[in-house]
Order: sequence, then structure tokens, then C-alpha cells
Amino acid sequence: MKNEYIPFPSQVKEIIQHTDIEYTFRMSFSGDVKPGQFFEVSIPKYGEAPISVSGIGKDTIDLTIRKVGKVTNKIFGHYEGNTLLIRGPYGNGFDVEKFKGREVVVIAGGTGLSPVKGIVDYFARHPEDAVQTTLIAGFRSPGDILFKEDFKDWEKTIKVIKTVDSAPEGYDGLIGMVTKYIPDLPLTDIPNTVFITVGPPVMIKFTIMEILKRNVPEENIWISHERKMCCGLGKCGHCKMDGTYICLDGPVFNYAEGKDLID
Amino acid sequence: MGYQVSREAADRVFEQLGQDYDVFAPKVFAGEGCFSDTDVIRYGKVNTLDEIEWERRSDYSFKEVLLAVNETLFYFTENETTVPSCGEKKILIFLKSCDLHALKKLDTIYLENGPEDFYYKRLREKASFVLMGCSETCENGFCASMGTNRSEDYDLYLRLSGETVSIDCKDPDLQAYFEKEDGKACDVTPGYVTENAEKVTLPKNLSVDSFAKPIWEEYGSRCIGCGRCNFVCPTCTCFTMQDILYRDNENVGERRRVWASCQVDGYTEIAGGVDFRKTQGERMRFKVMHKIYDFEKRFGYPMCVGCGRCDTVCPEYISYASLIDKLAKEEA
Repeated sequence: MKNEYIPFPSQVKEIIQHTDIEYTFRMSFSGDVKPGQFFEVSIPKYGEAPISVSGIGKDTIDLTIRKVGKVTNKIFGHYEGNTLLIRGPYGNGFDVEKFKGREVVVIAGGTGLSPVKGIVDYFARHPEDAVQTTLIAGFRSPGDILFKEDFKDWEKTIKVIKTVDSAPEGYDGLIGMVTKYIPDLPLTDIPNTVFITVGPPVMIKFTIMEILKRNVPEENIWISHERKMCCGLGKCGHCKMDGTYICLDGPVFNYAEGKDLID
Repeated sequence: MGYQVSREAADRVFEQLGQDYDVFAPKVFAGEGCFSDTDVIRYGKVNTLDEIEWERRSDYSFKEVLLAVNETLFYFTENETTVPSCGEKKILIFLKSCDLHALKKLDTIYLENGPEDFYYKRLREKASFVLMGCSETCENGFCASMGTNRSEDYDLYLRLSGETVSIDCKDPDLQAYFEKEDGKACDVTPGYVTENAEKVTLPKNLSVDSFAKPIWEEYGSRCIGCGRCNFVCPTCTCFTMQDILYRDNENVGERRRVWASCQVDGYTEIAGGVDFRKTQGERMRFKVMHKIYDFEKRFGYPMCVGCGRCDTVCPEYISYASLIDKLAKEEA
């Protein structure tokens, strides 16, 4: 029988630096994978960390990694021309099919952009598949902005609001929380609009409050939960919320179902 | 249909069994208890029937035979991984009815929730279970309230009474060992308790709204977050991954899984420092709701088996049994 705990080697094809602490690792991988799914990425002898897929290419996946923990710190010292050990993909992921033919609004905070980036990529490449696509992406400061090159591409075909919480004097971009832009979003058909939001728990909470003020039905909102996941296999227990295992049943939830999940 | 054999014959059978099985049973470890001059009863390998503690409930459950406290998943050598072997012998586990019911909950998580667990399955497949009856209720146990005081799902039942050993065997492989001895056919029914000193009523109307009850903080405020309740629980199955490297050669190391407790700091903490349950009240609520509410919602039967070990071990004398009973009373 298959031993699901054994990771397999994946080659680091390319590294894209976003900030001082955030890099995207383009890794070799062939197989089915969806935006919002995650891999357990390991550095032998230091541990494993669950990382969302931030891009899907032909025989590659992107893993955007932030240097904030023991494992991720180590990954940064080990990448050059090397392989990382990974296992996955795990979780349900986003189903882009469900969003086609509708107005799509993606609202992401910080590294929360990673799990939804595959959706943004898709609609930026196929703008005709949605009535209208809007991305509201918030970052702490101009120095924390991720995927700068991708933003340039996205701006060509979809509506992009790139904002920062605060910035030094002289910054010429948008300043303000992502929630600031929701009341004025020009939406033509609210019952047919989908909202997809991922980010820190506090951001999600206030974002959803603003979305609901626009009379958007709860079933039109999609969220992704970030939790501790040691196994990704429904065994270790850390990610469980109520009777739901985020690693198996999530991390992507329709808000109408996901709203009752309490840690 | 059961039968009786002499103690002498049973000892011979047991010796024979030992050649093919590793036998695990509750044993008294004298002087190894938590406090000075106290014993602890936990699982260990036994070679004779005399080594087994037949009467008292073990302080720690049988689960560590199938799920080691600290289990090596694989060794790292350079870029290679090697999975440790798990021994040739079959496994025989002596346990009481409450624990035999707990086995079903372990199976649920490790074999049914997501893909089958490689490490659990390879041990589980070669394990057989020997029921030990209960002549009287144990401290804090409330098995009768949970309906776990009886079990029919054993491979073998054994009862010692003086020079006679009564047996009921349901497993043909084990039966073969006993057939070599002269036995007297007779009805053998496992002993079980019908009533406990501790009586618990399960609340029936729990829901997400129950999360906001003040009772969690009331009980949680006394909790020091030591996690002992999880470690003695026969149905708690959580673990955390842990990598280690060998000091003498840092190119070599191993990945382990070690028991984890939802009551202890760090259980929900993710990289970057976000902790989803900070207070002991929230953690108490998470544990209790899992045992009597959300596990059942997902799988169709409650998780807790009412063994009472968590109440016995708690250094703060927090009674989980009285907590759930109080929840039921609040509903009435």
C-alpha cells in the first residue's frame, strides 16, 4: 500500500524574488493540481510546512514561500539548483468552472494572494470567460508587494486594485485596506457575482462584512482557511474545525458552509 | 461456545503463543508512578499471564501499541528515505471493553478519514484483541452511560479464576493453540459492569451555538494545559511531525510523529505566530465538543468511551464527566 508520508523530490526550476523574505519557487511537478490546493514541502531534518500552489504551469507548480518559520527559513538556504522534497497536492482547491460566466471579484491580503493567484491568472488569460474580473490585492507596505511582474500582465486584461495599508510619503499607489474599495465596486449583476477572498483571519472577517453589505448572497462568497496541517491526510488533527478537516474538506469553502466553522 | 482449561494448560498455551505473537498487556510498573512511591499501570510486553494486571484499569491505554508515543516514519540519509520495518511477529493485545470500543475510533481516523495510514494499518492488520472482563467499576469510569461496558468484538476472552481459566475464542488462528489442550466445553460469557459510581447523561442538543456557553471558560480557567487528559485518552489520536538530525552526522536524521495535545500551547499555531485557540477555555471546548459532538456528526457515533482516565489523571481535578453532565442538565 502507498505510504503517503514519504515525500518525493521536485527540482527547483526557477526562483522569483518578490520581497526580502518572499520568493516563488517554480518546481517540477506533473499531475492534476488546482489553485488553492497545497503541498507539504520539507527540508529533511528540519521539518515540513504546508504551502499553497501559487501558479500552475506545464509540468511545473509555483510555491510562494515566506521566510517566517523554522522550515521556511531553512528552505531559503537550500535552494540553489537543488531539489526540495514535497508531497501532495492536498485539499479541494478552487474550481474555476464555478466562476465562469459571472462577475468575479478576488480579494486577497498579503500571501493570501498565493492560493487565489491561479484563478486570477486564468481570468487574466481568458477575460472573455467572465463578465468582468476584478482583483483587489492588499499588502502591508509597498515593500511587501508580491508578484510585481504578474500585476503588470493582469492590468492589461482585468481590473486591478493594488493597495497598501500604509506607505512612506511620496508613494504614488493606492493606500488603504482592501475593505475600502468594496462599497464602490461597480457591479452590474450582484446575484450573479462571485467573491473569492483569502487572507489573514481579521481581513477575511471585515471583508465579508463589507461584501454582505452589498447584498451579495452568502453562497456567492468563497474563502480559504489557513490552518496548521502536519499531515494533510486527515490524521494529525491540528486543522480540524468542528467536524471538518480543513486538509481534506477544505481549505476552500463556500461561505454559506464555511461561516459556521469555529476554531 | 467457550470452554475451560487448567491454569497449567493456559500457561502452556501462552508460552506457545509467545513464539508467534508479541503480547502486550497492562502491567504494573512499581515505583514508576508520577509521585514518589506510586506505581503506574501501562502497556508493556508480557511473557506470562502472571505479569498482567487483570483487575485495575491501566493509567495509559492500549493505543500506544498501535500508535507509538513517538514513531519514526522514515530515516533520511542524504536524499534517500528508509522506512523502518515493524517486526515479523503478530500482535496480541489484552484490553478491557472500553478500550475495545476505543479501537473502533482509532480505526475511524486512521483507516477511514482520508487515505489509509500506512503505519497504523501494518500494525492493525496483524493485531488480535483479548478481552479482559471487569468485575467491578473503576474510578471515574462511566462506561455504562456510554454503552461501552460490553463488547462482543473480541478475538479471545480470557478469565482467570484460581486454577481454572475460562476462554471464549472467536478467532480460528488463536483457537488452534487452545485445541491442543484438553478443555471442558461450557458457556463462557465475559464479565462486565452494569453500573458505575459515575453516571453521565450526554447532552442531546449541542450545536454550534453551544460554542458560546460560559461553561467552557468556567472549566477551562482551572486547566493548566498539561495535556495529560489527551495522552491517557484511548481515543485521542493527534500527532505532530518532528524532524531530528543525529549529532554525530548531520547528513542523517529521521522524521517522527509524536503525540500532540490540543490543550497544550502551539497546537494551532502556524508560521508567523497566528494561534487559533489561545485560551484554555477555548481548548477545553474544542476537546469536549470533539469527544461528544463533532466526531459523531462526522462519523455517526460518539468518540468518548467513558473510561474515566482523563478525570483520574487531571492534576487540577477537573472532571470532564461532570462537565458533560452539566451540559445535559443545562439543556433540561
